[in-house]
Amino acid sequence: MLRQRARLLATIRRFFLERDVLEVETPLLCQTTGTDPQLAFFASQYHDGSSSQTRYLQTSPEFAMKRLLAAGSGSIYQICKAFRNGENGQYHNPEFTLLEWYRVGFDMHELMDDVVDLLSLLLDGSILQTGVERIAYRELFERVTGLDALVFCRSSYRTYANAQGLVDADRLCGDDHARWLDFLFSHCLQPAMAGQPICLVHGFPAVQSSLARLDADDPRIAQRFEVIVHGIELGNGFCELTDADEQAARFEREMAYRRNHGLPVVNSDSRLIAALRAGLPNCSGIAIGLDRLLMLATHSSSIESTLAFPFQRA
Amino acid sequence: MATYSTNEFKGGLKIMLDNDPCSIIENEFVKPGKGQAFNRVRIRNLKTGRVIERTFKSGDTVEGADVVDRDMQYLYNDGEFWHFMVPDTFEQYQAEKNAVGDTIKWLKEQDICTMTLWNDSPLSVTPPNFVVLTITETDPGLKGDTSGGGGKPATLETGAVVRVPLFVQIGDVIKVDTRSGEYVSRA
Repeated sequence: MLRQRARLLATIRRFFLERDVLEVETPLLCQTTGTDPQLAFFASQYHDGSSSQTRYLQTSPEFAMKRLLAAGSGSIYQICKAFRNGENGQYHNPEFTLLEWYRVGFDMHELMDDVVDLLSLLLDGSILQTGVERIAYRELFERVTGLDALVFCRSSYRTYANAQGLVDADRLCGDDHARWLDFLFSHCLQPAMAGQPICLVHGFPAVQSSLARLDADDPRIAQRFEVIVHGIELGNGFCELTDADEQAARFEREMAYRRNHGLPVVNSDSRLIAALRAGLPNCSGIAIGLDRLLMLATHSSSIESTLAFPFQRA
Repeated sequence: MATYSTNEFKGGLKIMLDNDPCSIIENEFVKPGKGQAFNRVRIRNLKTGRVIERTFKSGDTVEGADVVDRDMQYLYNDGEFWHFMVPDTFEQYQAEKNAVGDTIKWLKEQDICTMTLWNDSPLSVTPPNFVVLTITETDPGLKGDTSGGGGKPATLETGAVVRVPLFVQIGDVIKVDTRSGEYVSRA
């Protein structure tokens, strides 16, 4: 497994070298971190004589890499550790390895081509022979559940969930459209994709836009896609939001949510906003969990087996 | 009773769900990169034995169930209740029909079994994996048959009926696997 990991890293580096994408490194210990209420971060204290300062272990290198892009780096990639508090399970290790890359001038579909090219080098050929499915989120959602992902109707969502024996759905999700989508995606859509080697699900509902740009023709849809391999989520890609005001507004909403729900409050990254104001080139980017990718490439049943020392033994 | 957060969920943990004591069989942490984390859990209802799937929002807490397993000796049945005793302390418990369930067909008086108590009341009884019992009734066997082919029903001293090889006779003592209900060997 150690050798397979080393080979995976070498293949990825060759892939990007051939495409003239620059490898970069950015800090792991940062002054700010993502405000996404669904991501719990690790905070640590930096001491310098009598003063001390909170530093966050990054949940992803996204903000720092966007600052490089705004500074004119051109297309870049990074392989680094990311840290997410409380995420531990068959497919999660609180400390994990991310591959994140940005392609300047690419739209979402061109980046999806890039992803398929890379995965075809990393996953064994038999996986790819059965084909790659590209499908719009709304279409997949309708095919599996018969429901409309863009139009929230609690009673029809509930009726479907109850018919599937998912009796907790209504109590857990209530009137929260985004949470319903998370619930049904993980409980129904992902299992439905288990037989499909690679599935690229694109055009997420705008309530789940994250850091993606909204579709110019249909603002109910975000230019976000997920790579799903055999029903397991491997990564999230975006046509990146370049509008500083819109980004600042999303940060505000997330921080307000954190305050209202008793979650740790963190300052938003003013340097990222400044970089967006200076001008982020049109680009698309994606982050892929490499441990999970290694897990799929080696047909392992848990992420632990891909790690030299999993969290419990770290 | 303690409460447990979803991140403490693991196989064997006893929790209360819909007012019934339950045991977690399997816990899966489900977390999209962007989005709400859930715990999908397979749970056995310890009252009914039914296995169900439930989902919790990660970070939610549930009440623990005061469920313990104790080794006990089966004493006797008084017609309504089945009586058990803790060998070390001589504490006695009486269990109802729905607590002893099918298990009782494997137990004869004085046998040791595992009693599951909920709030100190009998919830269920588990027999040892293997029991040794005498055959009280079976058809006459064919002399010389030592193979496993065929077989015939035999009634044991506790009333249980198992399939045995043809050569096994009334009065023989046999070993039975209680999990499958199958004959293992002569004892």
